Amino acid sequence: MTTRLPPLVLHLLAALACLVLLVLLTLVTDPFTNLRIATVGYYLIAVAGLALLTGFNGQVSLGHGAFMFIGAYTVALLVKRVPAFPIWVDLLLAVVAGGLAGLLAGAAAARLHGPYLAGATLALAVGLPAVAQRFPDLFAGSNGLSFTVNSQPAGLVGVVPATRWQAWIVWLAVLLALVVLVNLARGRLGRTLRAVRDDEVAASLAGVHVGRTKILAFLISSACGGLAGGLQAFLLGTAAPGSFTPALSLSLLAALVLGGLGSLWGALWGAIALVYFQVWTDDFAELLSLRSDIADNLPLALYGVVLIVIVLAFPAGIQGGVRKLWVRVRRPAPSQRGEK
Amino acid sequence: MRSRRSVTAIALTCALVLAACGGAGETPAAGNADKGEPAPGVTDTSVLIGTHQPLTGPAAPGYGKISVGAKAVYSYINDNGGINGRKIDYKVEDDGYNPTKTVEVVKKLVLQDKIFAMVGGLGTPTHSKVVEYLNTEGVPDLLVSSGALMWDDVAKAPKTFGYQVDYTREGKIQGQYIKDNFAGKKVGLLVQGDDVGTDTQKGLDQFVKDQIVSRQTYDPANTDVTPQLSALQAAGAEIVVCECIPAFTALTILTSLKIGFKAQLVVSSIGADPATLTGLVEQFAKQGGSQVSGAALLTGIIGTRYLPSVRSGEDPWTTFFKQIHDKYIPDEAFTDTLVFGMVQAYTFGQALKAAGKDLTRQKLVDAMYSGELKGPGLTPFAFSKDSHAGYTGALVFQIAADGSVKTLQEAKTTDRDNGPVQDAKSDRPKPEEVKLVG
Repeated sequence: MTTRLPPLVLHLLAALACLVLLVLLTLVTDPFTNLRIATVGYYLIAVAGLALLTGFNGQVSLGHGAFMFIGAYTVALLVKRVPAFPIWVDLLLAVVAGGLAGLLAGAAAARLHGPYLAGATLALAVGLPAVAQRFPDLFAGSNGLSFTVNSQPAGLVGVVPATRWQAWIVWLAVLLALVVLVNLARGRLGRTLRAVRDDEVAASLAGVHVGRTKILAFLISSACGGLAGGLQAFLLGTAAPGSFTPALSLSLLAALVLGGLGSLWGALWGAIALVYFQVWTDDFAELLSLRSDIADNLPLALYGVVLIVIVLAFPAGIQGGVRKLWVRVRRPAPSQRGEK
Repeated sequence: MRSRRSVTAIALTCALVLAACGGAGETPAAGNADKGEPAPGVTDTSVLIGTHQPLTGPAAPGYGKISVGAKAVYSYINDNGGINGRKIDYKVEDDGYNPTKTVEVVKKLVLQDKIFAMVGGLGTPTHSKVVEYLNTEGVPDLLVSSGALMWDDVAKAPKTFGYQVDYTREGKIQGQYIKDNFAGKKVGLLVQGDDVGTDTQKGLDQFVKDQIVSRQTYDPANTDVTPQLSALQAAGAEIVVCECIPAFTALTILTSLKIGFKAQLVVSSIGADPATLTGLVEQFAKQGGSQVSGAALLTGIIGTRYLPSVRSGEDPWTTFFKQIHDKYIPDEAFTDTLVFGMVQAYTFGQALKAAGKDLTRQKLVDAMYSGELKGPGLTPFAFSKDSHAGYTGALVFQIAADGSVKTLQEAKTTDRDNGPVQDAKSDRPKPEEVKLVG
């Protein structure tokens, strides 16, 4: 019997295995599917960050799109103004910028509960993109910034399609961030977060600094948002206020609820749903050849229906359903065990 | 433990090295345009084109109908045998006026659907994010639905061509008209806070700089324009030049009514479609809990346009498009916005015809400035080897009480710099003189 590996190494190895799988997946799919796979990646880290905040710590944020906005503009400005920085420095700084903004927002939010917190964070999503309009010389107003990120090593240009390379970078960053998140969530911090979520008084009696924990959750969560935004900017070469509407923040939260609040796996299902439900319903709407004003709005309506159905059928989201199924497979139901 | 730590360290180092390859600087990777391969999206019997449109979201009221009009014209072309024997397959992707979504759907059109050309991509904040990509990939990017100056950049975007009269040209024509007809009156400006505003101002300032008493901007995300209009009222503006999209022209009309501000409204072509405005004014008023007559509120508004109006019944092109409308989309209201899409589709058809039977992307691009593109528009295009700007001018009209439009000043053309504003040459052919299909 070998000694158990420490969790960090275990998670790193798992991440490495995931990366290998993803590289293989991108190799057998076409360049556009690679782009979608990368899109799932950056949504995953945004939703996972939100899972830590909302699912683990019980702080509802309706404004997480604002941190993506900060991350995206950080990368955009760095690429345009300091082109010598390699992309990983840009992304790291996007994480830092998102985290700092989250620290400020969290410090204010730690005093708020439930609907008041939701309202405050929604204000962030509504108000922050207007900053781009306030300083048009720096942020280019409503038009936003567009740029090309030249990250591919010279030797790979023309050999590997650009979107495939981008998918690799996105997932590498996402998996590294996930390793950090999983370690935090599984460890002492995770327990503290849940303690504060379940009963603040009990937690503080047990010696947990409630306010500090809440701010820390906000910081980590918005750093993830910053990374997600930075990756989006890296992937699509744009940062514009029109992309970070309150609707984005709401859809992140909806994706989290859909995937399952309580675990980081839920973030994966949520991110996949965010990208692929839209695609499938689009195709479905096209198939029906309806009047244009109905067909245009059908995808969103269907998404809403699916969200309602899933939440009704599996209150714990897709991950809840998967876990139920898994339990049933592992341990047959009483009737099948021959118990009468 | 030591060895395990080093495993971690090695894994991390590998990851960082992999990510660190190359700076993120702005220099684009080597383009792969024009590899001499057969053109994507083209077969002997069909040609696939794509576009991105706001079918949902903030710009959908009004602009959502453009692709409906275009589709009707493509159906008409296809039912009459196509162009050079090829049917046109028109793929419309919804981007919700969200730049991130635009980049995604355009990459889908190029990489997955493999379109031959992009036609009429809509919006300045949206389309500006894909111009470089389309040009790097060598995809012809024709008739962009926006009047920003940036589509006319032959050196940086050789495959991109404008469509609308650009905002500076239009601003010059408006400025000159105001200077000639409202000399000495105080002018207030209400403009969208992006290129629409800055580009227009460049034109207006050449004529009415000393008449302007106040300049206000609005942001499309904020639908309350009361502060802006109150400021214009306080400044004593007698003429209000509104460079607004349809929804904000409608809001301006209603807000002026609310605060009792009676100034002569001068609206630019992007927001001056009377049919769309009537609908929006009545709809917004209803949402606010009151009943208004759109026709009464619109009476007297001055606007500019460069396409035939659905309300000028004697124009042969209006008649032609009305026939297509009645046959293919009789349930849709016949508006100037619909005609915008129809003219765009028709113009693309002409370019495709001129590109010839042996179709390549380069031939299509060359056809754009071949001088073959004449027709529905009231002024010529600026297309040449050195210019990719669209329509070169506009006429000035006024909305009458009976809902018709009265021409105040015939079409004039100008350039985007300091050149003169002069009468447009009228060499506009009739529909039957243009042989498009077959």
